[in-house]
Amino acid sequence: MDILSLTALQLGKAIKEREASAADAVRAVLDRVKEVEPEVNSYVTLDEEGAFQQAEEVQRLIEAGEFTGPLAGVPVAVKDNICIEGQLTTCGSRILSNFKPVYTAEAVLNLKKAGAVVIGKTNMDEFAMGSTTETSYYGSTKNPHNLNHVPGGSSGGSCAAVAARECYYALGSDTGGSIRQPSSFCGVVGLKPTYGTVSRYGLVAYGSSLDQIGPVAKDVPDCAAILEIISSHDTKDSTSVKRKNYHFTEALTEDVKGLKIGIPRDYMGKGLDKEVEEAVRKAAKVLEENGAIVEEFDLSLVQYAIPAYYVIASAEASSNLERFDGVKYGYRTADYRDLHNMYKKTRSEGFGAEVKRRIMLGSFVLSSGYYDAYYLKALRTKALIKQAFDRAFEKYDVILGPTAPSTAPELGKSLTDPMKMYLGDIYTVAVNLAGLPAMSVPVGKDSRGLPIGIQLIGNSFQEKTLLRAAYMYECATEKWHETSANIGKEAQENGKTI
Amino acid sequence: MKNKITDEVIDYVGILAKLELSPAEKEAAKSDMEKMLDYIDTLNELDTEGITPMSHVFPVNNVFREDIVTNGNNREAILSNAPLRKDDSFEVPKTIG
Amino acid sequence: MAKQYETVIGLEVHVELATKTKIFCGCSTEFGGAPNTHTCPVCTGMPGSLPVLNKQVVEYAMAIGLASNCKITQVCKFDRKNYFYPDNPQNYQISQLYLPIARDGYLEIESGGLKKKVCIHEMHMEEDAGKLVHDEWDDTSLVDYNRSGVPLVEIVSEPDMRSAEEVISYLEKLRMMIQYLGASDCKLQEGSMRADVNLSVREAGSETLGTRTEMKNLNSFKAIARAIEGERERQIELLEEGKPVIQETRRWDDNKEHSYAMRSKEDAQDYRYFPEPDLVPIVISDEWIAEIKSRQPELRSEKLERYKAEFDIPQYDAEIITESKRMADIFEAATAVCKKPKKVANWLMVETLRLLKEHNMEPEDIRFSPENLGKLVELTEAGTINSSVAKEVFEKIFTDNINPEKYVEENGLKTVNDEGAMKAAIEKAIADNPKSVEDYLGGKEKAIGFLVGQVMKAMKGKANPGMVNQMLKEALQEH
Ligand SMILES: [Mg+2]
Ligand SMILES: [Zn+2]
Repeated sequence: MDILSLTALQLGKAIKEREASAADAVRAVLDRVKEVEPEVNSYVTLDEEGAFQQAEEVQRLIEAGEFTGPLAGVPVAVKDNICIEGQLTTCGSRILSNFKPVYTAEAVLNLKKAGAVVIGKTNMDEFAMGSTTETSYYGSTKNPHNLNHVPGGSSGGSCAAVAARECYYALGSDTGGSIRQPSSFCGVVGLKPTYGTVSRYGLVAYGSSLDQIGPVAKDVPDCAAILEIISSHDTKDSTSVKRKNYHFTEALTEDVKGLKIGIPRDYMGKGLDKEVEEAVRKAAKVLEENGAIVEEFDLSLVQYAIPAYYVIASAEASSNLERFDGVKYGYRTADYRDLHNMYKKTRSEGFGAEVKRRIMLGSFVLSSGYYDAYYLKALRTKALIKQAFDRAFEKYDVILGPTAPSTAPELGKSLTDPMKMYLGDIYTVAVNLAGLPAMSVPVGKDSRGLPIGIQLIGNSFQEKTLLRAAYMYECATEKWHETSANIGKEAQENGKTI
Repeated sequence: MKNKITDEVIDYVGILAKLELSPAEKEAAKSDMEKMLDYIDTLNELDTEGITPMSHVFPVNNVFREDIVTNGNNREAILSNAPLRKDDSFEVPKTIG
Repeated sequence: MAKQYETVIGLEVHVELATKTKIFCGCSTEFGGAPNTHTCPVCTGMPGSLPVLNKQVVEYAMAIGLASNCKITQVCKFDRKNYFYPDNPQNYQISQLYLPIARDGYLEIESGGLKKKVCIHEMHMEEDAGKLVHDEWDDTSLVDYNRSGVPLVEIVSEPDMRSAEEVISYLEKLRMMIQYLGASDCKLQEGSMRADVNLSVREAGSETLGTRTEMKNLNSFKAIARAIEGERERQIELLEEGKPVIQETRRWDDNKEHSYAMRSKEDAQDYRYFPEPDLVPIVISDEWIAEIKSRQPELRSEKLERYKAEFDIPQYDAEIITESKRMADIFEAATAVCKKPKKVANWLMVETLRLLKEHNMEPEDIRFSPENLGKLVELTEAGTINSSVAKEVFEKIFTDNINPEKYVEENGLKTVNDEGAMKAAIEKAIADNPKSVEDYLGGKEKAIGFLVGQVMKAMKGKANPGMVNQMLKEALQEH
């Protein structure tokens, strides 16, 4: 048995049936990390010792019958903007290069209650601001499918780690597409839940009204199982929603008969890569052949989502990041004259270019005289976008389209023109503005061998509908995780083809 | 560029955001912000007359805590990340002159 | 002829609410803990932490809003006020700007014998900041977050006041009302009530407002009165010299009796308010308002009427006692013990007020238990101790909260009604003071006072003065 090729659920089952142990899984994953990490750089921090300790403890509790969940003993990686007590949590930033939280995020507590073994913290764009994982202070992460390309971002480390089999699944966070876009680029399954489904307590905030933690998985059943574990009503998060039902795995039925799927014409036109467009249409066809009703429609307002998003996200970020000032935690500049000089030097040295860019923009749109013209205008646009989705969901159960306009760009090509990078979020950001659930599912590769993903968007609280469609698609086609990324030993054996 | 960002604006925003930009960074910031604002101005094509600004997506209201003390003394944990600590407090440059 | 100027004053009053926990976390609000012992990730702005609103804060705020005749904002929200300062761990304060919890109220004040309405523009909920301690030697400041996140309401008046006297009257009215509600103890010295004064001057008769300044750091009624006088003079001086008044925040230094501009070029005073995304709106139903109204404790005017009717005490007494909620509480509890309302009232109005003044204390600082005062009244009424002993015992109650029954017993202070001993003392007094006896018998009635004093002295103050008087008169007649 090649233990690394198992999905999280398969491994969980193997551990339960004593075919493997939690420690075996940790060992296999850590060996793999050592092998590929010099090339991929998915992790900021690895907790080798802690992983073995957790594995031992979890194994004992599994054998004692206390951990009965499907993912007990399975190694997981956590994005580095999610707090774990006593473990370095950097957010990909210099300003938190020495920060060890004094408490653990609710989503991670939920994982631990389910017997997860956390092996490390994954790389990300600094404070989740970026679409390539190149803005990290800790170096870029590479796309495991082609090391000359980016993994996407900001959860690039989480997605690359899953794609490179450096863990069985991971947590990411999604403010404007930060789970879905890198999932698409790395050929893994990623889901952004309905706003309020997973507690934000312990997630270092970027855009508080948009942020959600979500799963990054090898396949759809894993994705459903992880979501079931991490979602909860948390009284520590005032925006947490008490949902009627958290049993997302119930949706894993091979049945999409009568499911109404709408493809927004505005997502399929100008600016969309031809190969991606073809892959999306092919995927829609698969669902149609299995009984879904597929139609094209006009979603409208698509071009306004990005400007509205950047106003709202930057405004909230400018405020959320004020707390990084060298007083209570994190980096403080070495020399300073007085208080304000200390603030300015600490922040100017501690934050990278993209973070400064968004803080400046956010401070500007909130400043006196501009609030109405920019911030309120964006909030009104957000209301209109929500209405457009409401209208669409009167007719359709699922909206289907591409996750991103293209496959993963080459390293170093995006940051030179931030505006162009922002445009890459065109299909994902509206979902965050409207608080909707959406997922990215791999549907193939382009001619350069780079993965392509489709995005499924559901109405609020309709994650199950998404999972049902995604699962049907996956069952009807090849499972993309079974063709792993061509790196490490395999690559040497196969000869580097790329 | 329809929007013109002056040095004064960049300096002012720098004061608000507590960021000190180098001359090169300032030039880049001006041009970045001009481009972004021009792009954001496309929102003016939309008629939003009478639309209520939406800050929360879901109608969740009245989330409260009861007035019960749940936290004990967390001093050591709270101070454990302090860049500069003196006795049991955070130390900062003098705040009043 | 010198121009006449009118002072126009509005107040921003911050009041710390009497909740057990902070506004957004489960940390204690107890005053005076060791630095940073009442802290958690939320009130120290740790990354990833989130606020959850204390319901009691909303209810206290509603109670104050209703009692000050405000309209309650039935959909109200929190906003962030952004500014960098080390006592503010997130570098934004969670406050309310766009939809504050209450608006458009008023309080009726009395000043110089005239009644007047001071309008309340709005009242909002917000979090308090931490404490900064300055180390003069080191050029450093130390931050303690124990107060960070303590709930406040900020009550913003219209510029309706014209003198320091009106300001003090408004503040006293506000304080009394909030104390009666139990929403805060409103201690200026401990900072649980703080006032910022917005002041401008204009030529008498002018309709337009002058440029105003805001003064902070006022921690007593006296400082407020002095600051108003000082700032009024400063502004008039500027105007007389033809110089403009600059709209700015000034810090009052009560020792130097002078205010200083607080501006620096690093403070843009642009707070970039926006809706707090981490908190959800508060929707206040009519039922909730009705419930708060029904739970509203008896306010001063109601209490005053009830005291007159139920306890049959004069208007004057009732006014003095109800001036402080603490006094009123003591009055009721002591009366419940001894059933002598007028006697209790006298103790409060005379001896208690005297001692408070002597110790430079507020009624809120009273530490003795009302039961002890009640018992003291019982002892006096039963004739167990005489009135001069009672005064002495009361001082002990006031300072050390002693149990008067035990104290009188242990110190042998009971009135001695031993006729033999008294007769002996009287005879001795008559024998030793022939001049006074002569005077008395010669018609100088007052001369008996000296003789009573002598007898009391011989009895070590423990005799019943009425009895001494009576027996002395009889003895003198027989003389
Ligand atoms: Mg305030
Ligand atoms: Zn706290």
